[in-house]
Amino acid sequence: MEERDNHPTLLDHLRRQGVSRRDFLNWCAYTASILALPPSASQAIAQALATKPRPSVIWLSVQECTGCSESILRSFEPTLESLMFDQFSLDYHHVLQAAAGTAAEQARDRAIEQNFGKYVLVIDGGIPLDRDGYYSTTGGKSGRDLVRGAAKGAALIIAVGTCAAYGGIPAASPNPTGAGGVHDALRELIDNKDVAAPIINVPGCPPVPEVMTGVVVYFLTYGKPPDLDNLGRPIPFFGRTVHDDCPRLPFFNQGLFAKSFDDEGAQKGYCLKDLGCKGPTTFNACTTVKWNQKTSFPMFSGHGCLGCAQPKFWDREGGFYGKLF
Amino acid sequence: MANSSKKAGEKPTAAAKNAPASQPRRIVVDPVTRIEGHLRIEAETDAQGVITRASSSGTMVRGIELILKGRDPRDAWAFTQRFCGVCTVVHSIASIRAVEYALGYVIPENAQHIRNLMIAAQYVHDHVMHFYHLHALDWVDVVSALKADPAATSKLQVSLSPWPNNSPAYFGAVQQRLKGFVESGQLGIFANGYWGHPEYKLPPEVNLLAIAHYLEALAWQRDVVKIHAIFGGKNPHPNFVVGGVPCAISATSHATAVNGDNLRLVGEVIDKMRQFVDQVYLPDTLAIAGFYKDWATRGEGVGNFLSYGEFPTGVGAAERNTLQFPPGVIINRDLAKVHPVNFEDPTEIQEFVAHSWYSYSAGKQVGLHPYDGETKLDYTGPKPPYEQLDVDQSYSWIKSPRWKGLPVEVGPLARVLILYASGEVRTRGLVDHSLGRLGLPISALFSTLGRVAARTIETKLIADMMPGMYDALMANIARGDLRTFDDVLFDPTTWPKKTRGVGMMEAPRGALAHWLTIEEGRIGNYQAVVPSTWNAGPRDAAGREGPYEAALRGHKLQDPSRPLEILRTIHSFDPCLACAVHVVDPKGEELVRVRVL
Repeated sequence: MEERDNHPTLLDHLRRQGVSRRDFLNWCAYTASILALPPSASQAIAQALATKPRPSVIWLSVQECTGCSESILRSFEPTLESLMFDQFSLDYHHVLQAAAGTAAEQARDRAIEQNFGKYVLVIDGGIPLDRDGYYSTTGGKSGRDLVRGAAKGAALIIAVGTCAAYGGIPAASPNPTGAGGVHDALRELIDNKDVAAPIINVPGCPPVPEVMTGVVVYFLTYGKPPDLDNLGRPIPFFGRTVHDDCPRLPFFNQGLFAKSFDDEGAQKGYCLKDLGCKGPTTFNACTTVKWNQKTSFPMFSGHGCLGCAQPKFWDREGGFYGKLF
Repeated sequence: MANSSKKAGEKPTAAAKNAPASQPRRIVVDPVTRIEGHLRIEAETDAQGVITRASSSGTMVRGIELILKGRDPRDAWAFTQRFCGVCTVVHSIASIRAVEYALGYVIPENAQHIRNLMIAAQYVHDHVMHFYHLHALDWVDVVSALKADPAATSKLQVSLSPWPNNSPAYFGAVQQRLKGFVESGQLGIFANGYWGHPEYKLPPEVNLLAIAHYLEALAWQRDVVKIHAIFGGKNPHPNFVVGGVPCAISATSHATAVNGDNLRLVGEVIDKMRQFVDQVYLPDTLAIAGFYKDWATRGEGVGNFLSYGEFPTGVGAAERNTLQFPPGVIINRDLAKVHPVNFEDPTEIQEFVAHSWYSYSAGKQVGLHPYDGETKLDYTGPKPPYEQLDVDQSYSWIKSPRWKGLPVEVGPLARVLILYASGEVRTRGLVDHSLGRLGLPISALFSTLGRVAARTIETKLIADMMPGMYDALMANIARGDLRTFDDVLFDPTTWPKKTRGVGMMEAPRGALAHWLTIEEGRIGNYQAVVPSTWNAGPRDAAGREGPYEAALRGHKLQDPSRPLEILRTIHSFDPCLACAVHVVDPKGEELVRVRVL
């Protein structure tokens, strides 16, 4: 069984906080369903989460816009607060951290030291690799070096957002700061076996919140990442295009296309291909998990998919309103 | 938890490391947490611990404006939106307005109402989250809440407002949750805070109340962004379009997100926003402010204020004449006169780089209007890792914008002062009522506390305007006007060969404008001068401080190793650093020059 440390397990913790076992099991079942796992998996999730101490999560931001952090704050099932109070210990996140300056850096460094080899490292933002990394510093240290330092002790690295996954907007042409994604920043360390942790890319600008939290829960349950595709993305969420599950797909199949954002076709929900939708080539969960408590998603609200979970989507020929085909 | 770090907050520099407490020293706060982005403050204190000079440094750049060069202007909103995922609406709107201004593009009336609703929703969402999740922990001691009496907390809540979560059992459960968390020994984001600092003045019950609302606001914010999801498809980063809005009104019950059910939901979300503002945010602000009246004379800053105006009810030529929040400038606290602001006069708005890591072809002493903007990277700071910046030289990636040579503060305080000075009745009522409740004079607004109060007051003003915006949209739809977009100028082949434009708006953090030139259907140059550039910029060529720097000067730090006072004043501005930083030229050679048409 897992090393217990001195910390109570999740179930101890939840009981202390008055969370019923039934609520907990319902939560596990939902999480299993959005991860496209069989119903029996909710048992495994419950078992794993109930018997492990809360693992440390360290979140580093480099060339970020904070959209990824804002997005995870929108996660409703599970909520970020339930995760950070009940499921893991969010030991460093500069948007939410109470302490500042040296006190914050000490909290971060202590979490790395005390949980070496066991923590989950989350990174958002591109990472400027040129010029000693002076395009992004925190506490006088370059973001590049902070990421490299923290990666060595991580059990899992999650690159959230298209920037951390593939460079994203700072790496858009002409990539003024020499930005890259987490893989680019760690390439040498990986080659030298100084970083052994698996790296999961969770792209999207920003990613769907429940995709981020779902990946973390999967790892807490199984101690390994979900199956990844050749771009490092978890297949349960990135195995299909948003086009495959789009409610406008029947119109696509009938050849019915909106020609303007408010013409009759647009008002009837016709396919947005002619207005530049990149759905057919974009792998993400927007049309299945949907956004903001399933309120909507981009195509349902009338705009084509920007393709924001794909590498180099900012530089696609034809721009956001050019037709794919 | 308390006092767990003796040296917390202080970065001992070579000069300060061995200095006794009574010696001048330099305090470095980096990272300034609970903000968007990467901000560093270096504060020099005298023997009494009083800040004699503060220097504000933005330490991250991406160069998005440079990335925009040569692209389709219709795509620019999506790029500029990624300036910031907190201000997720504002840079899209500014960009789209700049393109529409350049083209003389008139949008349908419904589009204006929908944009107004999205902007207003951004304000209410953003200000509430700033108060509870980014600013509260400067005033609220989490550890002290463990000592609160839940029954007394309940009485307090009942006395403040009719908010339903008010029972002793409710506050007992919140306290129990907090206790379990602290006892687990894994303090997460609360680890190493300045808990127990003598500047924390709230009774335990007020601390517990605020922590309960910190948690409630986390749940509330998830719900109220549904307005952005309905009209923009998602939040963060909802979608927009030049020429209107992209969300067609549904012809059937569920062909698009803008259907009858969701329009009703918009109305419900507005009610939910207003209820939280009226029953939680506003009463909490006044209750907490009552214990911190000494902060009504600290942290003023430069005393000049600028707003561009927001919430147009008309379209086209009427757009700038129908702003519900007026534009203008207040100089040297003089509320008797609101000066007009001109966006295209080259002598009014200028950016300086005297202390920024850029250079201009005419030298570092001149200021340039954004239409004439130049950008040349000139990093002269220390090689990382470093302990200290040379603040007599260049020390920030942020430029120093000035209005007629003056540093000006932008944001909620600027807007409220301009509304107040303009005699706007509701603003006068709310300001006078709030100050009356606290027993403070109008001059109390010129302070750290005034900035916090102004943000709350403006949130109430805007939340109360939202039903009017909603009714205007619904009435227009009821009249049979379903237009949300005009395609007349969407095709770039219909555009003039060369044009230029400016898009103005008021973002939650203050005055925001994007200037662009369009040449042969492509972006020639793009310059954004954003709220946190105005507020967080470094000293200018004349040595005049930016608003953050001026506001910090004179602060006395009770415990320089735990500089809570610095956080209070900096957070009162609601810094947003990713927005604030400008174009970067990677090779330090290319000169980006606007060709004036």
